[in-house]
This record gives sequence, C-alpha cells and structure tokens, in this order.
Amino acid sequence: MAHAIPHVEAHTAAELSFWRRYIFSQDHKVIGIQYALTSMAMAILGGLLAIFIRLQLGWPGRSWPLLGRLFPGGMPEGQMSQAFYLAAVTMHGTIMIFFVLTTLLTGGFGNFLIPLMIGARDMAFPFLNMLSYWLYPPAIVVLLASFFVSGGAAGGGWTAYPPLSALPQAAPGSGPGQTLWLVALAILIVAFLFGSLNYITTVLQLRTRGMSMLRLPLTVWALFVTAILALLAFPVLLAAAIMLLFDRLGGTSFFIPAGLVVGTTPVDHAGGNPLLWQHLFWFLGHPEVYVLILPPMGMVSDILANNARKPIFGYRFMVGSIVAIAFLSFLVWGHHMYTSGMHPLLGTAFMTTTLVIAVPSAIKTFNWLATLWRGKIRFTSAMLFALGFLSLFVTGGLTGIVLAQPPVDIYFHDTFFVVAHFHFVMASAAIFAAFAGTYYWFPKMFGRMLDERLGRWHFWLTFAGIYATFFPMHYAGFMGMMRRIYSPQLYAHLQGLAPLNVFVSLAAFVLFAAQFIFLYNFFRSLFRGARAERNPWGATTLEWTTPSPPPHGNWGPALPVVHRWAYDYSPPGAAEDFLPQAAPLAVPVGGEPAGSGGDEQHGR
Amino acid sequence: MTTSDQGASRRTAAALGVALGLLVAGAVAATLVARGRWWLPPLASLQGRPVDRLFLVTLAIISAAFILVQGLLALFVWLYRDRGQRASYWHEHRALELTYTIIPAIVMTGLTVTAAGLWARIHSAPPPGALVVEVRAEQFGWKARYPGPDGRFGRLDPRFFSPRQNPFALDPTDPAGRDDLVLDISTAAALHLVVNRPVEVRLRAKDVVHSFFVPAFRVKQDAVPGMVTSTWFTPSRTGTFEIACAELCGPLHYVMRGRIVVQTQEEFDAWLAAQARP
Repeated sequence: MAHAIPHVEAHTAAELSFWRRYIFSQDHKVIGIQYALTSMAMAILGGLLAIFIRLQLGWPGRSWPLLGRLFPGGMPEGQMSQAFYLAAVTMHGTIMIFFVLTTLLTGGFGNFLIPLMIGARDMAFPFLNMLSYWLYPPAIVVLLASFFVSGGAAGGGWTAYPPLSALPQAAPGSGPGQTLWLVALAILIVAFLFGSLNYITTVLQLRTRGMSMLRLPLTVWALFVTAILALLAFPVLLAAAIMLLFDRLGGTSFFIPAGLVVGTTPVDHAGGNPLLWQHLFWFLGHPEVYVLILPPMGMVSDILANNARKPIFGYRFMVGSIVAIAFLSFLVWGHHMYTSGMHPLLGTAFMTTTLVIAVPSAIKTFNWLATLWRGKIRFTSAMLFALGFLSLFVTGGLTGIVLAQPPVDIYFHDTFFVVAHFHFVMASAAIFAAFAGTYYWFPKMFGRMLDERLGRWHFWLTFAGIYATFFPMHYAGFMGMMRRIYSPQLYAHLQGLAPLNVFVSLAAFVLFAAQFIFLYNFFRSLFRGARAERNPWGATTLEWTTPSPPPHGNWGPALPVVHRWAYDYSPPGAAEDFLPQAAPLAVPVGGEPAGSGGDEQHGR
Repeated sequence: MTTSDQGASRRTAAALGVALGLLVAGAVAATLVARGRWWLPPLASLQGRPVDRLFLVTLAIISAAFILVQGLLALFVWLYRDRGQRASYWHEHRALELTYTIIPAIVMTGLTVTAAGLWARIHSAPPPGALVVEVRAEQFGWKARYPGPDGRFGRLDPRFFSPRQNPFALDPTDPAGRDDLVLDISTAAALHLVVNRPVEVRLRAKDVVHSFFVPAFRVKQDAVPGMVTSTWFTPSRTGTFEIACAELCGPLHYVMRGRIVVQTQEEFDAWLAAQARP
C-alpha cells in the first residue's frame, strides 16, 4: 500500500528546487498538467492544419497571396501545393490522434486523476512517469522537424499505408519526412507504454483502504482499462513502425512485394505484403479509437452524476460495458479493410464483432440518459460539455452501424462519410469530454475556478460549430467524395458539392476561432480566477477531500479511507445531497456529512 | 438555490432543449434537401440495388435511434432542470437495462444476417459467361487489358516494362499475350463493358495501393501491389461512368480518374473488332 512506498517521504518532506518541482517533476499532478499543457499547444497546431485543409477544400485552387508570403514552401504563389495539402492531412490526423487526444486523456487526465481518485500519494513508479512525459517533447521535435526536410512532412495519411510510405521515390512526403514520422511515433509509443504500465500498477496496487475495485469511480475504471488496451495494442504499432523503418532504410521487404515499378524505375525489393502493414496498423488503430473514447466515457459518467445530483445509473453494467468494449476492440480491426483484398469471410467475421460493439455502446448511452431521469440538473459548463458529449457520441456512433456492414461500406469506405463518422464519435466526443473534464477539474488542478460565463459561450459556439462542420460531411460522403483528395472539382459525380464545402469550411473557421475563448478563459483564470474551495461541485470522489490544489503527496499524514461507492448523490436520509466516499458509514441525520472534517487540519 | 439561479437553469435548459430539437429538425430537413442534391449518384448496376436498399433500411434505423436519443436528451434536460427538487436515488433497474441490451442486440443480429448474405453474394464466383478484364492502377491513372480473341491473358513480367512500348509489362515470349489489348483508360480510351452482362474486373497495382471506385456501380476494391484482387458486377444501364481512385496514392491522387463506357453487346463487339491489333 501507498504508505509503504519510500518516495512518499521525499515528496512530503524535502523542499524541492524549482527544476525538480515544475520541470523534471516526479509528482503525478505536475506531470499531468505538463501533459495537458503540451497537448493544448499541439491541439492549436493540429487545428491550424485543419484550417489549411478546409481552406483548400472550400476554395480549391484559389490563391492566398498573404499565406504565400508566410509559407513560401507549402504555398508557392499563395496556392497550396498538393504535397503540402497531403502533409497537412497526414499531420492533422497524426497530431490530433496521438499527440493531442491520447496524450491529453491518458497522460493529462490519467496522470492527474488516478492517484487522487484512488487515494494514493502518487503513481507507483514516479520516475518512470517523469520519463514518460519527457519522451513526449522529443517526439514532437522530431515530428515537427519533418516539415523542414526535403519533400516536407509525411504525406501518406495517418495510416501510412506502404508501399507509398515505404518507397521514398513514390511521393515527396515519402522522403525523410516519413522516416521522421515513424521515429516520432516510435518515441511517443514508448512514452505511452511507460504511462500505461504505471496506471495499471497504480490502480491495482495503490488503492487506499476501502477502495475496492467496485467502488472505483468510472473515470478510474475507464483509465485503467484504457491503459491495458494501450499496453497490449501499442507494441504492435511499434513493431510495425520499426519494420517499416527497416524497409525504408535497411533494405528489408516486410511490406514491399516484388515487381513494383515507380514511375519508370523498377523497385529493388521482393517478398513483402502491403496488407501485413494494414493488419498490424489496425490491430493498434482500432483499440486506439477506444483509447480515445473510454476515458471520455468514464469522465462524462462522473460529471453527469455529479451535476444531475444522482447516482450513475447501472454502475455494474457501466463497468461491464467498458470491459466488453475494450475486449471487443481487439477483434474488429478488419472493419477498416473490407475493400482491401483480404478474404471476404474475414469481412463477415469482423462485421459481426463490430455490430456486437453497438450493444455495450447502447447500454452506456441509455444508462447516461437514465442517470438524468428524475435528477436535478445543474448546467455548469462541465455539464454542458458532458451533455454535448452524449449528443455527439450518439450521432457519431450511429453512423458506425452503416459502415460496419461490408456491402454498404464498399460504397462509403474512404469517403467523407467516414470522415464525418470518426470526427463525431472519436474526435468531437473525446474533445467535448476533455473540455467537460477541464471545466470540472480545473479548480482541483490550479486552485481557481474557470469563468462560467465564458464557459457557456465556449460551449454554445463549439456545439453549434461542431455540428455545422461535420454533419454536412455525411452528404459529401453520400455523393461519394473521397477522403484525402486535394480537390473534388475534376469529378463528374462530385459536381454541385462546392457550396457544401464552402459552408463546412466557414463553420470550421468559426469552430476554430471559438476555441480562443477557452484559451483566454484558461490562462486568465490561472491567475485571476476565483479561488476554488476544496469541493466546489459538491462531489463524492476522493480528490475533492484534499485542498485545491492538492499538496505534494496529495493527503496529509493519513490517507483517506473509503466507506462507500462513488455515487452517493442525493441518498435518502442524508442532510446534503451527496455523501463523499470518505464519509464514515454511520452519518447522523442532519450531521456533518462530508469526510473533510477530519483532515481539515492537514490543509495548507 | 436562489430564484435567479433557477431562472438561469430554466433558460439554459430551454436553450439546450431547443438546440437539440433544432438539431433533429435540421438533420431531417438537411437529409430531405440532400436527397435532391447531395445523394448517392444514380445507380447503374444490378448488385447496387440490394446495397442501396440495405443502406436505406440502416439509415431509417439509425435516424429513428438518433431522433429517439436526442429527443430524450432534450426532454430530460428540460424536465429535470434544477427547480429546487431533490434528485431521486434510483440507480438500478435490471429489467430496463436488459431491455436496452436486448433490443439493440436483436436489431444488430438482423443487420448482421442480412448484410452477411448480401456480402456473400457480392463475393460469390462470377457467373460463367462473364466478361473478364484486367485493370491496372498506377500513379496516377488506370490501364485496362482485354484477353483478345484467344480469351487468354498473357503472362506479365515487370522486367519487360517499358513506359511506351510495353506499359503493361507483357512477357513477349508468351504467345497468349500477343493478342492482348492494352488501353489507357484514363486518357485516350475507356473501359468498355456490356450492359446486363456480368463483368469480372481483376485488379493489379503497379506501384502503391490504389482503390478502384465506381460510384454509380457501388463498387470499390483496392488494387494492391503484389496481389491480384477482383470484383464482379453487372452494369444495368448504358452510358459513360467514372472511375475514381479511393485510396491515397500520392500528390496527384485527386486526378486519378478513369472512364467506363457501357454499351450493348453489338456495340461492344463492333468496338472490340475495331481495336484488334494491326
């Protein structure tokens, strides 16, 4: 248990230097915040790249003289080059999936919340945790350096299908940019593995007294299962990335078959199979989708319960569906490959497993709705984003049922229908949960409140902006507009799409601009926000029993003791409408319900 | 909770309810508008008919679920806004949970069975008498090969590739290949097919992964280097149709188009005779 871990003493006793405290910190809270802030910076970059994509798709071939002066390489004469467009597409996906959402949700929220919510003083391996974070900036440097090498950044899509990604002569973006892309990903994967090991061990080993697995808040359950997913899935991509690097640099042929001719030059490789990469990539790629959506599911469950002042509905089904979704996520990767040329029987098998996932997803959705039923809903910014998550998750999840069926997917595969689908279910839903989590836990992270009025503005513009941006993409997909094309203008079947694409682009610009409200709110509140009390939301979970922000070591001399599950909201007989997990079992009616009385003396 | 807080709560609940209502109404209206402007291109193959039907059935199911869930969300947000009440301590209901476990499971089973049957038909062996053509994808265009009068495709060998003389890399020592007809269906020529006659398209790729996408036929099949993939379908209308590349293949991916001409058997025979090698 935690008190037996020697580093705890170092945390609480020694006065740490500025460097050890804020830069090379081993404190899970600092590391979580480092992950979150770095992810935010990367999110701005990823969003900017999306703006470039939409600039091109809204007005294909149009010249933007000012941008030409700013980016003479990518936009000569102000007109975006095809290679730069594909680099923007590739890097937008790569950055948003790996360098923003994965790092923010598991590295940021996972690090900050797990020890606090289970009553631990820190992660099980604080040094490994520090290493995990400090692999992230080098990965970013390597990734961004690829914009400045000959040929520019990788342009083969975030899926990097070989032989395009394996043969430097196949495209400008397949040059050194692709090598750097693979190296950056390999470094980041090691960081994820360090983190995952840590989260799993911490949840299993460092839960405080009374915190049985079935008393864990769903946020912790989700982060725990996510860590298992990541630990099992990411090594496969790491291996694949190394194999692809060997193909590129070492003359091997894992993914390159014999007899290829690029342009007019024969390729000197033989024996590989491009489908092998697709299998390996999606063996990670699909669990990765759930790495991005399980933590949001957990966080939203806790925020919905807190703001509806009601226990989460069907806690055991919720835990069960998290585990079921995680297990199934390893068995569905082939639904990305219905048209790839793999055996059709595999298509049937993968369709079955994919449609089965709809069942636990439906359970979760209806359990969230049932949580709201006869609640007492408080519309905090956190709650608004959590409700927005619910709406977006449903919208995006349902279109998955179309894509799961191979006969129908033949038509929709690699069209904008897919783009719309995953931007709702994975990107938008996950980012809404991240915003909900930020509005909710910011007071605990920084000891100050975010501005609620700005939060509501942020919510309304983002909610409208997301739907306006991504919903029309379904119709572009209906028409058959392919993903990753530089311009749809040449195709007869895509005539008439221009107004729709202009609308989507304008909506995307509004959506991007609205995020600056959040940034302003975030940084202003860091310094000017109202002081946060210990438990501003009247929440039950352990992190709210320690001061905001919590001190090094999280708790005073004694660890909190857990007496109940995480969802005692509005329990009959209690004076207040919540009973903290740390509140002793017998609560005198009308008495002091919060377990904070005992450890008030350890506050700062 | 003060009265002004409850007023704010009421306003937000109303706004959110209206927003979700607008979302549902907007989605329905946009889909109705899209039916006339932004919809699947007119169908031109026999295989596409059940596919389109399955798509429409699925669309109806998910639309119903969409309206139900967004509607319930709007309703609950409005009904259970903070009015100073105490929330109910209600968190288990086995029968309710089983209901929304079993109903989606039944719907999903139905879709799985239907789609699996259709998928098996799409991937069944092409009927005897089907036209057989090869299509080769390359950066950034399409080439086609017909077997010629002998009905047999000649052997290919990349060693004999020559951009002008032998773009398909036919092995000149194989007599079966002497009469093979090779066409550039991205520029000068088109892939000629016969209306109501099944055609098997065998796909090859010269350099990277491409995808043979004919929206009007509801056909998409990747062309993978080192493999021969295949798909078959039956064009149901005469006319000109477009091939698009649906797999990112390089900077000019977006120009990688091809042309298909579907004609009657007589027209096709006349065209083929005219193509015979001198």
